[in-house]
Amino acid sequence: MTSERQLVVLAVNGTEHELLLEPRQILSDVLRHELGLTGTHVGCEHGVCGACTVLVDGEPVRSCLVFAVQAEDAEVRTVESLGEGAELTDLQQAFRAHHGLQCGFCTAGFLMLAEGFLLQEPDAGRDEVREAVSANLCRCTGYQNIVDAVADTAARRRGSPGSSTQEAAP
Amino acid sequence: MKPATFRYHRAHDVADAIGMLGELDAAGEDPKLVAGGQSLVPMMNFRLARPSVLIDLGPLRRFPAMTGIGHDDDGALTLGALTTHRVVETSRAELGPGFGVICRAMRWVGHLPIRSRGTVGGSLVHGDATAEWCLLAVLLDAVIIAEGPDSTREIPAAEMFHGFYATAVGPDEVVVAIRFTRPSPRAALTEFARRHGDFALVDTAVSLEGDPARSNGSGPHLAGGRVVLGGIAPTPVRVPEAEEVLAGGVPGPALFADAAAAAAEAIDPPEDPAATARYRRRLTRTLVTRALTEAWGHGDDR
Repeated sequence: MTSERQLVVLAVNGTEHELLLEPRQILSDVLRHELGLTGTHVGCEHGVCGACTVLVDGEPVRSCLVFAVQAEDAEVRTVESLGEGAELTDLQQAFRAHHGLQCGFCTAGFLMLAEGFLLQEPDAGRDEVREAVSANLCRCTGYQNIVDAVADTAARRRGSPGSSTQEAAP
Repeated sequence: MKPATFRYHRAHDVADAIGMLGELDAAGEDPKLVAGGQSLVPMMNFRLARPSVLIDLGPLRRFPAMTGIGHDDDGALTLGALTTHRVVETSRAELGPGFGVICRAMRWVGHLPIRSRGTVGGSLVHGDATAEWCLLAVLLDAVIIAEGPDSTREIPAAEMFHGFYATAVGPDEVVVAIRFTRPSPRAALTEFARRHGDFALVDTAVSLEGDPARSNGSGPHLAGGRVVLGGIAPTPVRVPEAEEVLAGGVPGPALFADAAAAAAEAIDPPEDPAATARYRRRLTRTLVTRALTEAWGHGDDR
């Protein structure tokens, strides 16, 4: 069968890209291979691990379960959109402060999951954070530090630093 | 894995999608509709599904009816086929007290990123026997509205599911809306999976109908109840044996335990690597008890 490429305009992190894509190219592969945005990681490629989570129109989405052609009219945000240059966002700093990562393979997915979740649920408590974080897999941290980092970020954004963490953030 | 090659078309409206399905089928192609893609794309990545052409219903989201939540004069609730699980989850007030169970059930549907893209219509057409939407459709007497080249059909949930991802929706039809015709304030859905968000080993959706007219000193009797199970047969099934126990009974722990025992007794669950038949039977008993208890507790929500 022939693989006809299609002209696709993708808006990623505020920049529009014109790309010639095969329909079968999943969004995660296009972000990495066509746009060089290798911050988005690819784990299972069937929607279980969440390593490839990005925001599509502000909502956290598995980019391995979206064909890039389907994202043409959407606004895509990847982990590269967090922070300015070497400056980390509050969420990224919380992951660092709480040791919410070890090997780092899952981190981009968790960051974008948490970013999308906190945009929708700024008042989330620790239980809601735990449930949201359960969407993604991490084989290093045991999740507790990730929950701490996200809950701390939520609390700080609400103006009550550290109120929902078990230990004070450094 | 990566999906096999396919061609991609965007549907401009429902008629366009139906037209393309017909033309492509006549040309010997194997077209498939995609909405949220949260069931289809994993199957394509595994190459369990290899459609030659994908017709994207995504552009139809611009039609309010395709993503809307509406109520009919007769109390029925209509959801546009492209409504996402996440929109339903966050629309408790719009669903109304008679359909609160739908809102509460959404937390069991995958995880937030899946719920953000997956759609009501897509889940029903996929027809997984453990899918929460399939159980809800049977519980709440849903009617699946499917437009075809010549006419629009209304498919009752009881006739929708044929097992193993097969449904009554034809290859030339597009599901446009789902109408839930039976409000049930006292209803609940619960399930068990090894990990929250995974496919359920067993899930159950139940409702209880009170009958204040028969109230006496021992408390109100139930006019009836409905028990739907998933994961124990190729399709979601009602369990009349358990429903007979509920009808006319006095709601409470004893009755709910009896009904759950009747459900566990009546079924013939499958034996597979995920769970033994005995385990599924015991899960059924536990989950039906839990669901009935929760459902009864929702009586004052309205």
